[in-house]
Amino acid sequence: MNLTIDVTNKEKITTVSLAGEVDAFTAPKLKETLLPLTKESGQTIEVDLQEVSYMDSTGLGVFISALKSTKEHDTALKLIQMQERVYRLFKITGLTEIMDIDNTVRGGM
Amino acid sequence: MSTLKLDLENYKELMQQYIETQDEQALYQAEQFSKHSMQQNISPEEIINVHVQSLQHLYPDMPEHIRSSLDFLLETMISYGLAYQEYQSLRERQLELKSEISVAANMQKTLLATEKPEIDGLDVGAISIPAKQMNGDYYHFVKDDSGALGVAIADVVGKGVPAALCMSMIKYSMDSFPENRMDPGVILGSLNRVVERNVDSSMFITMFYGLYNINNHTFRFSSAGHEPGYYYDSRQDHFEEIDASGLVLGVSPEATYEQCTKEVHVGDMIIMLTDGVTECRQGDRFIEEDEVLEIIKQYAHLPAQETVEHVYKHFERLQDFQLRDDFTLIILKRKV
Repeated sequence: MNLTIDVTNKEKITTVSLAGEVDAFTAPKLKETLLPLTKESGQTIEVDLQEVSYMDSTGLGVFISALKSTKEHDTALKLIQMQERVYRLFKITGLTEIMDIDNTVRGGM
Repeated sequence: MSTLKLDLENYKELMQQYIETQDEQALYQAEQFSKHSMQQNISPEEIINVHVQSLQHLYPDMPEHIRSSLDFLLETMISYGLAYQEYQSLRERQLELKSEISVAANMQKTLLATEKPEIDGLDVGAISIPAKQMNGDYYHFVKDDSGALGVAIADVVGKGVPAALCMSMIKYSMDSFPENRMDPGVILGSLNRVVERNVDSSMFITMFYGLYNINNHTFRFSSAGHEPGYYYDSRQDHFEEIDASGLVLGVSPEATYEQCTKEVHVGDMIIMLTDGVTECRQGDRFIEEDEVLEIIKQYAHLPAQETVEHVYKHFERLQDFQLRDDFTLIILKRKV
Protein backbone atom coordinates (compact mmCIF):
# COMPACT_ATOMS: atom_id res chain seq x y z
CA MET A 1 0.00 0.00 0.00
CA ASN A 2 1.27 3.43 -0.91
CA LEU A 3 0.86 6.94 0.36
CA THR A 4 0.12 9.90 -1.88
CA ILE A 5 0.84 13.36 -0.53
CA ASP A 6 -0.74 16.45 -2.03
CA VAL A 7 0.22 19.93 -0.84
CA THR A 8 -1.84 23.05 -1.57
CA ASN A 9 -1.29 26.54 -0.23
CA LYS A 10 -3.78 29.34 0.44
CA GLU A 11 -2.21 32.37 2.10
CA LYS A 12 -1.46 31.37 5.68
CA ILE A 13 -2.86 27.87 5.44
CA THR A 14 -1.03 24.96 3.87
CA THR A 15 -3.14 21.86 3.38
CA VAL A 16 -1.46 18.49 3.17
CA SER A 17 -3.86 15.84 1.88
CA LEU A 18 -2.87 12.26 2.44
CA ALA A 19 -4.26 9.11 0.88
CA GLY A 20 -3.20 5.56 1.68
CA GLU A 21 -1.32 4.11 4.62
CA VAL A 22 1.19 5.82 6.89
CA ASP A 23 3.57 3.13 8.10
CA ALA A 24 7.27 2.43 8.45
CA PHE A 25 7.68 2.44 4.65
CA THR A 26 5.80 5.64 3.86
CA ALA A 27 6.53 7.66 7.02
CA PRO A 28 9.98 8.90 5.87
CA LYS A 29 8.38 10.41 2.75
CA LEU A 30 5.72 12.16 4.86
CA LYS A 31 8.35 13.46 7.25
CA GLU A 32 10.35 14.91 4.35
CA THR A 33 7.30 16.85 3.17
CA LEU A 34 5.75 17.82 6.47
CA LEU A 35 8.73 18.92 8.55
CA PRO A 36 9.99 21.75 6.29
CA LEU A 37 6.42 23.16 6.18
CA THR A 38 6.36 23.49 9.98
CA LYS A 39 9.42 25.71 9.81
CA GLU A 40 7.83 28.55 7.81
CA SER A 41 6.92 30.96 10.58
CA GLY A 42 3.28 32.08 10.80
CA GLN A 43 1.90 29.16 8.78
CA THR A 44 -0.87 26.81 9.81
CA ILE A 45 -0.47 23.32 8.43
CA GLU A 46 -3.67 21.38 8.04
CA VAL A 47 -3.25 17.67 7.45
CA ASP A 48 -6.29 16.07 5.86
CA LEU A 49 -6.44 12.40 6.82
CA GLN A 50 -9.78 11.50 5.27
CA GLU A 51 -8.21 9.01 2.87
CA VAL A 52 -5.83 7.46 5.38
CA SER A 53 -7.09 4.01 6.29
CA TYR A 54 -4.19 2.91 8.42
CA MET A 55 -1.45 4.48 10.45
CA ASP A 56 1.09 2.76 12.66
CA SER A 57 3.25 4.13 15.43
CA THR A 58 6.01 5.22 13.02
CA GLY A 59 3.39 7.50 11.46
CA LEU A 60 2.56 8.91 14.88
CA GLY A 61 6.25 9.63 15.35
CA VAL A 62 6.18 11.89 12.29
CA PHE A 63 3.28 13.92 13.71
CA ILE A 64 5.01 14.13 17.09
CA SER A 65 8.17 15.55 15.58
CA ALA A 66 6.07 17.94 13.45
CA LEU A 67 4.28 19.12 16.60
CA LYS A 68 7.59 19.71 18.38
CA SER A 69 8.82 21.65 15.37
CA THR A 70 5.72 23.91 15.30
CA LYS A 71 6.49 24.91 18.90
CA GLU A 72 10.04 25.86 17.96
CA HIS A 73 9.09 27.80 14.84
CA ASP A 74 5.84 29.50 15.84
CA THR A 75 3.64 27.60 13.43
CA ALA A 76 0.52 25.53 13.98
CA LEU A 77 -0.45 21.98 13.14
CA LYS A 78 -4.02 20.81 12.73
CA LEU A 79 -5.24 17.33 11.86
CA ILE A 80 -8.59 17.09 10.14
CA GLN A 81 -11.05 14.42 8.96
CA MET A 82 -9.48 11.50 10.75
CA GLN A 83 -10.94 8.02 10.33
CA GLU A 84 -12.10 6.11 13.38
CA ARG A 85 -9.28 3.58 13.39
CA VAL A 86 -6.60 6.25 13.12
CA TYR A 87 -8.32 8.39 15.76
CA ARG A 88 -8.19 5.45 18.18
CA LEU A 89 -4.38 5.46 17.90
CA PHE A 90 -4.17 9.18 18.74
CA LYS A 91 -6.60 8.65 21.61
CA ILE A 92 -4.72 5.71 23.20
CA THR A 93 -1.39 7.47 23.01
CA GLY A 94 -2.79 10.55 24.73
CA LEU A 95 -2.00 12.73 21.72
CA THR A 96 -5.61 13.93 21.37
CA GLU A 97 -4.94 15.90 24.56
CA ILE A 98 -2.05 17.89 23.16
CA MET A 99 -2.77 18.06 19.43
CA ASP A 100 -5.30 20.13 17.55
CA ILE A 101 -7.49 17.44 16.08
CA ASP A 102 -10.74 18.23 14.34
CA ASN A 103 -13.39 16.23 16.18
CA THR A 104 -15.67 15.46 13.27
CA VAL A 105 -14.38 11.95 13.09
CA ARG A 106 -15.27 9.98 10.02
CA GLY A 107 -16.43 6.42 10.34
CA GLY A 108 -13.91 4.29 8.71
CA MET A 109 -12.58 1.25 6.99
CA MET B 1 51.43 -15.70 -13.23
CA SER B 2 51.97 -19.46 -13.45
CA THR B 3 48.39 -20.28 -12.47
CA LEU B 4 47.05 -17.93 -15.10
CA LYS B 5 49.32 -19.59 -17.62
CA LEU B 6 47.99 -22.94 -16.55
CA ASP B 7 44.46 -21.63 -16.93
CA LEU B 8 45.32 -20.35 -20.39
CA GLU B 9 46.45 -23.81 -21.42
CA ASN B 10 43.39 -25.32 -19.89
CA TYR B 11 41.06 -22.86 -21.58
CA LYS B 12 42.73 -23.36 -24.93
CA GLU B 13 42.35 -27.12 -24.74
CA LEU B 14 38.73 -26.91 -23.69
CA MET B 15 37.92 -24.48 -26.47
CA GLN B 16 39.67 -26.57 -29.07
CA GLN B 17 37.90 -29.68 -27.87
CA TYR B 18 34.56 -27.96 -28.16
CA ILE B 19 35.21 -26.44 -31.56
CA GLU B 20 36.25 -29.81 -32.95
CA THR B 21 33.68 -32.08 -31.29
CA GLN B 22 30.82 -29.84 -30.09
CA ASP B 23 31.00 -32.03 -27.00
CA GLU B 24 28.64 -31.16 -24.11
CA GLN B 25 31.34 -32.28 -21.69
CA ALA B 26 33.54 -29.40 -22.78
CA LEU B 27 30.72 -26.95 -22.13
CA TYR B 28 30.35 -28.32 -18.64
CA GLN B 29 34.10 -27.87 -18.14
CA ALA B 30 33.76 -24.27 -19.31
CA GLU B 31 31.16 -23.68 -16.64
CA GLN B 32 33.52 -25.12 -14.02
CA PHE B 33 36.26 -22.88 -15.39
CA SER B 34 34.12 -19.79 -14.92
CA LYS B 35 33.14 -20.73 -11.37
CA HIS B 36 36.77 -21.34 -10.52
CA SER B 37 37.73 -17.98 -12.06
CA MET B 38 35.15 -16.18 -9.94
CA GLN B 39 36.55 -17.77 -6.80
CA GLN B 40 39.98 -16.50 -7.83
CA ASN B 41 38.56 -12.99 -8.40
CA ILE B 42 39.38 -13.13 -12.11
CA SER B 43 37.55 -10.37 -13.93
CA PRO B 44 35.45 -10.83 -17.12
CA GLU B 45 37.92 -8.89 -19.27
CA GLU B 46 40.74 -11.20 -18.18
CA ILE B 47 38.73 -14.15 -19.44
CA ILE B 48 38.22 -12.44 -22.77
CA ASN B 49 41.94 -11.83 -22.86
CA VAL B 50 42.54 -15.54 -22.31
CA HIS B 51 40.03 -16.27 -25.06
CA VAL B 52 41.83 -13.96 -27.52
CA GLN B 53 45.20 -15.49 -26.74
CA SER B 54 43.86 -19.02 -27.13
CA LEU B 55 42.34 -18.12 -30.47
CA GLN B 56 45.64 -16.70 -31.68
CA HIS B 57 47.47 -19.86 -30.71
CA LEU B 58 44.95 -22.07 -32.42
CA TYR B 59 44.36 -19.89 -35.47
CA PRO B 60 47.47 -17.78 -36.06
CA ASP B 61 46.01 -16.35 -39.29
CA MET B 62 42.80 -15.13 -37.69
CA PRO B 63 41.50 -12.18 -39.78
CA GLU B 64 42.52 -8.77 -38.46
CA HIS B 65 38.94 -7.44 -38.18
CA ILE B 66 37.92 -10.37 -35.90
CA ARG B 67 40.91 -9.61 -33.72
CA SER B 68 40.00 -5.93 -33.53
CA SER B 69 36.40 -6.75 -32.67
CA LEU B 70 37.63 -8.87 -29.74
CA ASP B 71 39.78 -5.98 -28.48
CA PHE B 72 36.67 -3.87 -28.70
CA LEU B 73 34.69 -6.44 -26.66
CA LEU B 74 37.47 -6.50 -24.09
CA GLU B 75 37.22 -2.75 -23.51
CA THR B 76 33.46 -3.01 -23.25
CA MET B 77 33.71 -5.62 -20.50
CA ILE B 78 35.92 -3.51 -18.24
CA SER B 79 32.97 -1.81 -16.54
CA TYR B 80 31.42 -5.17 -15.77
CA GLY B 81 34.66 -6.17 -14.14
CA LEU B 82 34.61 -3.07 -11.94
CA ALA B 83 30.97 -3.64 -11.01
CA TYR B 84 31.80 -7.18 -10.06
CA GLN B 85 34.64 -6.02 -7.82
CA GLU B 86 32.30 -3.57 -6.13
CA TYR B 87 29.73 -6.29 -5.63
CA GLN B 88 32.36 -8.45 -3.98
CA SER B 89 33.37 -5.76 -1.51
CA LEU B 90 29.73 -4.92 -0.70
CA ARG B 91 29.10 -8.56 -0.02
CA GLU B 92 31.95 -8.71 2.41
CA ARG B 93 30.75 -5.54 4.09
CA GLN B 94 27.24 -6.96 4.36
CA LEU B 95 28.50 -10.10 6.04
CA GLU B 96 30.42 -7.95 8.51
CA LEU B 97 27.31 -5.88 9.32
CA LYS B 98 25.22 -8.98 9.68
CA SER B 99 27.56 -10.44 12.22
CA GLU B 100 27.79 -7.12 14.07
CA ILE B 101 24.00 -6.93 14.31
CA SER B 102 23.77 -10.46 15.60
CA VAL B 103 26.35 -9.59 18.27
CA ALA B 104 24.24 -6.53 19.16
CA ALA B 105 21.07 -8.62 19.29
CA ASN B 106 22.76 -11.02 21.69
CA MET B 107 23.99 -8.14 23.82
CA GLN B 108 20.47 -6.76 23.90
CA LYS B 109 19.19 -10.10 25.14
CA THR B 110 21.77 -10.12 27.93
CA LEU B 111 21.30 -6.46 28.86
CA LEU B 112 17.54 -6.63 28.93
CA ALA B 113 17.17 -10.06 30.44
CA THR B 114 14.48 -10.19 33.07
CA GLU B 115 13.56 -13.18 35.15
CA LYS B 116 9.99 -14.30 35.30
CA PRO B 117 9.27 -14.22 39.03
CA GLU B 118 8.02 -17.20 41.05
CA ILE B 119 5.37 -15.92 43.43
CA ASP B 120 3.05 -18.03 45.59
CA GLY B 121 -0.53 -17.53 44.60
CA LEU B 122 0.24 -15.79 41.32
CA ASP B 123 0.66 -17.52 37.97
CA VAL B 124 2.78 -15.50 35.54
CA GLY B 125 3.15 -16.03 31.77
CA ALA B 126 5.21 -13.85 29.43
CA ILE B 127 6.28 -14.03 25.80
CA SER B 128 8.02 -11.49 23.58
CA ILE B 129 8.94 -12.28 19.98
CA PRO B 130 10.69 -9.77 17.70
CA ALA B 131 9.52 -9.37 14.09
CA LYS B 132 13.12 -8.69 13.01
CA GLN B 133 16.42 -9.47 14.62
CA MET B 134 16.16 -6.89 17.38
CA ASN B 135 13.16 -6.43 19.63
CA GLY B 136 11.48 -3.01 20.01
CA ASP B 137 9.13 -4.43 22.62
CA TYR B 138 10.26 -4.89 26.14
CA TYR B 139 9.01 -6.22 29.44
CA HIS B 140 10.52 -6.18 32.85
CA PHE B 141 9.61 -7.67 36.23
CA VAL B 142 10.73 -6.20 39.55
CA LYS B 143 9.97 -7.88 42.86
CA ASP B 144 10.40 -5.78 45.96
CA ASP B 145 10.79 -6.83 49.60
CA SER B 146 7.27 -5.85 50.60
CA GLY B 147 5.75 -8.51 48.37
CA ALA B 148 4.86 -6.34 45.41
CA LEU B 149 5.55 -7.31 41.83
CA GLY B 150 6.21 -4.52 39.33
CA VAL B 151 5.58 -5.27 35.65
CA ALA B 152 6.57 -2.96 32.84
CA ILE B 153 5.61 -3.56 29.21
CA ALA B 154 6.78 -1.14 26.56
CA ASP B 155 7.00 -0.54 22.84
CA VAL B 156 9.66 1.71 21.35
CA VAL B 157 8.63 3.40 18.14
CA GLY B 158 11.17 3.13 15.44
CA LYS B 159 12.29 -0.44 14.97
CA GLY B 160 15.61 -2.17 14.86
CA VAL B 161 18.88 -1.06 16.34
CA PRO B 162 17.98 2.50 17.51
CA ALA B 163 14.90 1.19 19.31
CA ALA B 164 16.95 -1.49 21.02
CA LEU B 165 19.53 1.02 22.22
CA CYS B 166 16.75 3.18 23.58
CA MET B 167 15.29 0.25 25.49
CA SER B 168 18.55 -0.35 27.33
CA MET B 169 18.49 3.29 28.48
CA ILE B 170 14.98 2.79 29.86
CA LYS B 171 15.90 -0.36 31.67
CA TYR B 172 18.87 1.16 33.41
CA SER B 173 16.90 4.24 34.43
CA MET B 174 14.25 2.00 35.92
CA ASP B 175 16.82 -0.01 37.85
CA SER B 176 18.24 3.18 39.32
CA PHE B 177 14.94 4.38 40.84
CA PRO B 178 14.83 4.01 44.60
CA GLU B 179 12.28 1.51 45.89
CA ASN B 180 10.11 4.01 47.72
CA ARG B 181 9.30 5.55 44.36
CA MET B 182 7.74 2.38 43.03
CA ASP B 183 4.40 4.04 42.30
CA PRO B 184 3.40 3.40 38.66
CA GLY B 185 2.44 7.03 38.04
CA VAL B 186 5.68 8.33 39.55
CA ILE B 187 7.82 5.83 37.64
CA LEU B 188 6.27 6.81 34.30
CA GLY B 189 6.69 10.50 35.16
CA SER B 190 10.41 10.00 35.84
CA LEU B 191 10.95 7.88 32.72
CA ASN B 192 9.14 10.48 30.65
CA ARG B 193 11.68 13.10 31.64
CA VAL B 194 14.60 10.76 30.86
CA VAL B 195 13.21 9.93 27.41
CA GLU B 196 12.21 13.50 26.61
CA ARG B 197 15.74 14.72 27.22
CA ASN B 198 17.57 11.96 25.41
CA VAL B 199 15.66 10.76 22.41
CA ASP B 200 15.31 11.93 18.82
CA SER B 201 12.17 14.02 18.18
CA SER B 202 10.28 11.43 16.16
CA MET B 203 11.00 8.60 18.57
CA PHE B 204 8.73 7.83 21.50
CA ILE B 205 7.89 5.01 23.84
CA THR B 206 4.58 3.66 25.05
CA MET B 207 4.60 1.90 28.40
CA PHE B 208 2.18 0.28 30.77
CA TYR B 209 3.38 -0.11 34.35
CA GLY B 210 1.53 -2.24 36.89
CA LEU B 211 2.21 -3.05 40.52
CA TYR B 212 0.66 -6.21 41.94
CA ASN B 213 0.39 -6.28 45.69
CA ILE B 214 0.50 -9.90 46.87
CA ASN B 215 -0.65 -9.06 50.40
CA ASN B 216 -4.02 -7.56 49.55
CA HIS B 217 -4.33 -8.62 45.90
CA THR B 218 -4.72 -5.22 44.38
CA PHE B 219 -3.26 -4.13 41.07
CA ARG B 220 -2.26 -0.50 40.66
CA PHE B 221 -1.37 0.71 37.20
CA SER B 222 -0.62 3.67 34.98
CA SER B 223 -0.20 3.93 31.23
CA ALA B 224 1.91 6.16 29.04
CA GLY B 225 -0.14 5.97 25.87
CA HIS B 226 0.23 2.20 25.76
CA GLU B 227 -2.17 -0.21 24.07
CA PRO B 228 -4.83 -0.91 26.73
CA GLY B 229 -4.69 -4.28 28.46
CA TYR B 230 -7.60 -6.41 29.63
CA TYR B 231 -8.96 -7.61 32.91
CA TYR B 232 -10.73 -10.95 33.01
CA ASP B 233 -13.38 -11.18 35.69
CA SER B 234 -13.80 -14.92 36.31
CA ARG B 235 -17.01 -14.60 38.34
CA GLN B 236 -18.80 -12.88 35.50
CA ASP B 237 -16.80 -14.59 32.76
CA HIS B 238 -16.22 -11.19 31.21
CA PHE B 239 -13.30 -9.16 29.81
CA GLU B 240 -12.94 -5.44 30.29
CA GLU B 241 -10.37 -3.00 28.98
CA ILE B 242 -7.93 -1.61 31.54
CA ASP B 243 -6.55 1.75 30.63
CA ALA B 244 -5.37 4.85 32.39
CA SER B 245 -4.93 8.13 30.60
CA GLY B 246 -1.42 9.37 29.98
CA LEU B 247 0.72 10.68 27.14
CA VAL B 248 3.40 8.55 25.45
CA LEU B 249 6.90 8.97 26.92
CA GLY B 250 9.21 11.50 25.32
CA VAL B 251 6.79 14.09 23.97
CA SER B 252 6.18 16.62 26.70
CA PRO B 253 8.16 17.04 29.93
CA GLU B 254 5.03 18.14 31.85
CA ALA B 255 3.02 14.97 31.22
CA THR B 256 1.40 13.42 34.29
CA TYR B 257 0.08 9.90 34.65
CA GLU B 258 -3.24 8.85 36.09
CA GLN B 259 -3.09 5.90 38.48
CA CYS B 260 -5.90 3.36 38.80
CA THR B 261 -6.43 0.43 41.15
CA LYS B 262 -8.18 -2.85 40.60
CA GLU B 263 -9.06 -5.52 43.15
CA VAL B 264 -8.11 -8.97 41.92
CA HIS B 265 -10.17 -12.05 42.83
CA VAL B 266 -9.22 -15.71 42.64
CA GLY B 267 -9.27 -16.92 39.03
CA ASP B 268 -9.10 -13.41 37.58
CA MET B 269 -6.49 -12.49 34.97
CA ILE B 270 -4.60 -9.34 34.05
CA ILE B 271 -3.58 -9.26 30.39
CA MET B 272 -0.92 -6.87 29.14
CA LEU B 273 0.12 -6.67 25.51
CA THR B 274 1.65 -4.57 22.74
CA ASP B 275 0.07 -3.50 19.47
CA GLY B 276 1.84 -6.39 17.72
CA VAL B 277 -0.98 -8.49 19.22
CA THR B 278 -3.95 -6.22 18.51
CA GLU B 279 -2.73 -5.04 15.09
CA CYS B 280 -2.38 -8.55 13.69
CA ARG B 281 -3.52 -8.84 10.11
CA GLN B 282 -4.84 -11.79 8.22
CA GLY B 283 -4.11 -10.85 4.63
CA ASP B 284 -5.55 -7.34 4.37
CA ARG B 285 -7.99 -7.77 7.24
CA PHE B 286 -7.27 -6.55 10.76
CA ILE B 287 -8.01 -8.89 13.62
CA GLU B 288 -10.85 -7.62 15.78
CA GLU B 289 -10.45 -7.16 19.52
CA ASP B 290 -13.06 -9.87 20.18
CA GLU B 291 -11.02 -12.41 18.26
CA VAL B 292 -7.96 -11.72 20.41
CA LEU B 293 -9.99 -12.17 23.61
CA GLU B 294 -11.69 -15.27 22.21
CA ILE B 295 -8.31 -16.93 21.62
CA ILE B 296 -7.01 -15.95 25.06
CA LYS B 297 -10.14 -17.43 26.61
CA GLN B 298 -9.76 -20.62 24.62
CA TYR B 299 -6.39 -21.28 26.28
CA ALA B 300 -7.08 -19.62 29.64
CA HIS B 301 -7.55 -22.91 31.51
CA LEU B 302 -3.85 -23.76 30.98
CA PRO B 303 -0.99 -22.47 33.15
CA ALA B 304 -0.31 -18.80 32.23
CA GLN B 305 2.97 -19.53 30.41
CA GLU B 306 1.28 -22.13 28.20
CA THR B 307 -1.61 -19.74 27.54
CA VAL B 308 0.65 -16.99 26.18
CA GLU B 309 2.62 -19.49 24.07
CA HIS B 310 -0.53 -20.96 22.52
CA VAL B 311 -1.95 -17.50 21.78
CA TYR B 312 1.32 -16.53 20.10
CA LYS B 313 1.35 -19.70 17.99
CA HIS B 314 -2.22 -19.04 16.92
CA PHE B 315 -1.46 -15.56 15.61
CA GLU B 316 1.85 -16.60 14.11
CA ARG B 317 -0.02 -19.21 12.07
CA LEU B 318 -2.72 -16.71 11.14
CA GLN B 319 -0.08 -14.36 9.70
CA ASP B 320 1.68 -17.13 7.77
CA PHE B 321 4.60 -17.08 10.21
CA GLN B 322 5.57 -13.55 9.13
CA LEU B 323 5.21 -11.14 12.06
CA ARG B 324 4.69 -7.54 10.96
CA ASP B 325 5.42 -6.19 14.39
CA ASP B 326 7.05 -7.34 17.61
CA PHE B 327 4.64 -9.42 19.67
CA THR B 328 4.53 -9.28 23.47
CA LEU B 329 1.93 -10.76 25.78
CA ILE B 330 1.95 -11.04 29.58
CA ILE B 331 -0.68 -12.70 31.74
CA LEU B 332 -0.95 -12.56 35.53
CA LYS B 333 -3.49 -14.97 37.03
CA ARG B 334 -4.45 -15.08 40.69
CA LYS B 335 -4.40 -18.71 41.79
CA VAL B 336 -5.42 -18.58 45.48
